[in-house]
Amino acid sequence: MSILSVENVSKTFGGLKALMSVSFSVKQGEIYGIIGPNGSGKTTLINCITGFIKPEAGKVYFRGSNIKGWPAHKIARAGIARTFQVMRPYYSLPAYKNLIIPLWSPRARAIGGWRGGGRHGDRDTVAVDILEEIGFERDSRVPYKMASTLPTGYLKRLELARCIALRPEIIFCDEVFSGLSASEVAGMVPLIEKLKMEGITLIMVEHRLKELFKVADRVMALQFGEKIAEGHYTEVIADPRVKEAYLGSEEV
Amino acid sequence: MEVRRKERIDRGIKVRSEGIYCVSSPKEMLYVAGPRLLLIAGLLLLPLVLEMAPYWKRVVNIMCVYGLLAISFDFLANVVGLVCLGGAMFIGVGGYMTAIFNVYLHCPVFLAIPLAGLSGALICTVLLLPCLALRGVYFAIVTLMYPLLFTRIIEALNILGGTNGITGLDSFPNPYLENYVIIVLLLIFLFGLRRLMDEDIGLVLRGVKDNDQSVRASGINVAHLKALAVFITSFIGCLGGAYLAHLYMWAGLSLFALDFSIIPIAAVTIGGGGSMMGAVIGTFILVPLSEFLRFFGTFRIVIYCLILTGFIVFRSEGLLTYFARKYDQFERWAKI
Ligand SMILES: Nc1ncnc2c1ncn2[C@@H]1O[C@H](COP(=O)(O)OP(=O)(O)OP(=O)(O)O)[C@@H](O)[C@H]1O
Ligand SMILES: [Mg+2]
Repeated sequence: MSILSVENVSKTFGGLKALMSVSFSVKQGEIYGIIGPNGSGKTTLINCITGFIKPEAGKVYFRGSNIKGWPAHKIARAGIARTFQVMRPYYSLPAYKNLIIPLWSPRARAIGGWRGGGRHGDRDTVAVDILEEIGFERDSRVPYKMASTLPTGYLKRLELARCIALRPEIIFCDEVFSGLSASEVAGMVPLIEKLKMEGITLIMVEHRLKELFKVADRVMALQFGEKIAEGHYTEVIADPRVKEAYLGSEEV
Repeated sequence: MEVRRKERIDRGIKVRSEGIYCVSSPKEMLYVAGPRLLLIAGLLLLPLVLEMAPYWKRVVNIMCVYGLLAISFDFLANVVGLVCLGGAMFIGVGGYMTAIFNVYLHCPVFLAIPLAGLSGALICTVLLLPCLALRGVYFAIVTLMYPLLFTRIIEALNILGGTNGITGLDSFPNPYLENYVIIVLLLIFLFGLRRLMDEDIGLVLRGVKDNDQSVRASGINVAHLKALAVFITSFIGCLGGAYLAHLYMWAGLSLFALDFSIIPIAAVTIGGGGSMMGAVIGTFILVPLSEFLRFFGTFRIVIYCLILTGFIVFRSEGLLTYFARKYDQFERWAKI
């Protein structure tokens, strides 16, 4: 049974067809990659599924119910978290306080604390636990630094930490690897795998194909708002249309 | 030539970093709590000190009403991110509501004021709800329009006493109550709001200002939160308006005066925003100042504006930030 199934979602901006009847479905615990050149509609697809923009047509089934048209906060509450491609931390708050907000949300409160530790403990401890898990050194000052002073590597992780704090079933990652060094990405891969082990479904939009293909079970390719290929990454990159779309633009 | 620079050294508490401090001794506790205790004690003593000057006692009352407006403006603007020029609307609605409860429905003063606060806040929130989606200056403009709307409606339909207003409101049983009701209200809401900001919900409200998209992505209904914040703000403002109506024993169109919208902003600007404390300091400077300047007759407004501009130009960080820095750190010249 698929946890999320998207059927014929379409979206136009003015005359621009950003998404044309895109369909796919994802199984629980899967890592599903979405690739495509710039402007192919990947972020728009995430926005349509997570309720940040309303698709004109199509259906989005999450655990059997059609969530299309739900407001974003209701979709998040149902268990679908997302990161933002343009990072959106709370710049005026210290890193760990950034997590208080998702931890305060009705969903996180209903499910309880993070793992065994701090189920009834205060949110600050839970927040630092999550940050530690995602690679903020606990004993350093980094978790307590203002988000506005953190470098990109940490901000990307903070973006993901905010999703984890919500205790979601699905996480949409919009280019969480971009802007990171190879070693930073290598540091994040185990984390992604760990989330998968916990049964969280990950849908990852990526330009860093090499790294994506290491973790993704299946991949879909978008071009000009259309799905052009889907399957194991070896099949997808072998597809002539994908080759053409990426010709010269990206080393695979 | 010898090169020197000013360096700032923390004093008092040694373990102090980015606003987190660790206090252990009574001396350090006093250091942290001192300014707060000074404010509370000062305010509570004010009516006794001014025993011989009933006029200034009245100024203190009005100053505290402005204080309420200023902290609620500061809360909504600098915490939640909604710039609301609705002070006049809150004062007017609160004033008229208490008049209705007190004069028409014969509720005693101390029942009429809280009832006016609640019902007024409800009315204001419902009226502002459709505008919550507006951003920045558009929300501000709408909140500025409502008082005008109310005045015109009352004038045109000649309801609620028309241009004469509603007279015959009960006054406070004695002058001390008159003073202390508003002083205690101000202290309660000042420290209440500061407490709220330290709670997790306060953090979430700050998150709404920082970026509401992430708050939505965290499964929190931003519209509800904004409505809650507007309700709190208008409740505080309406209580102030209700108090004012009983102080004047009259609820009239002048309760919708623009001053109630403008002075709180000026107070927050010179006091420093975001902490509510700056708002209070600003009001305590501005309102008495404007009374002093009455001696200058019509020249008053010119001097007032000059002083305001001076504050904004030379202390643009806000007085509170300035004082806090002087209190927490000392400066000395160091050789480089
Ligand atoms: N809010 C919007 N209004 C108008 N056009 C938009 C809007 N959002 C996206 N678009 C357009 O829709 C198309 C798809 O954009 P989208 O951001 O989904 O691409 P993407 O695949 O995420 O690209 P990238 O790899 O650069 O992130 C682009 O042509 C973009 O200009
Ligand atoms: Mg994108």
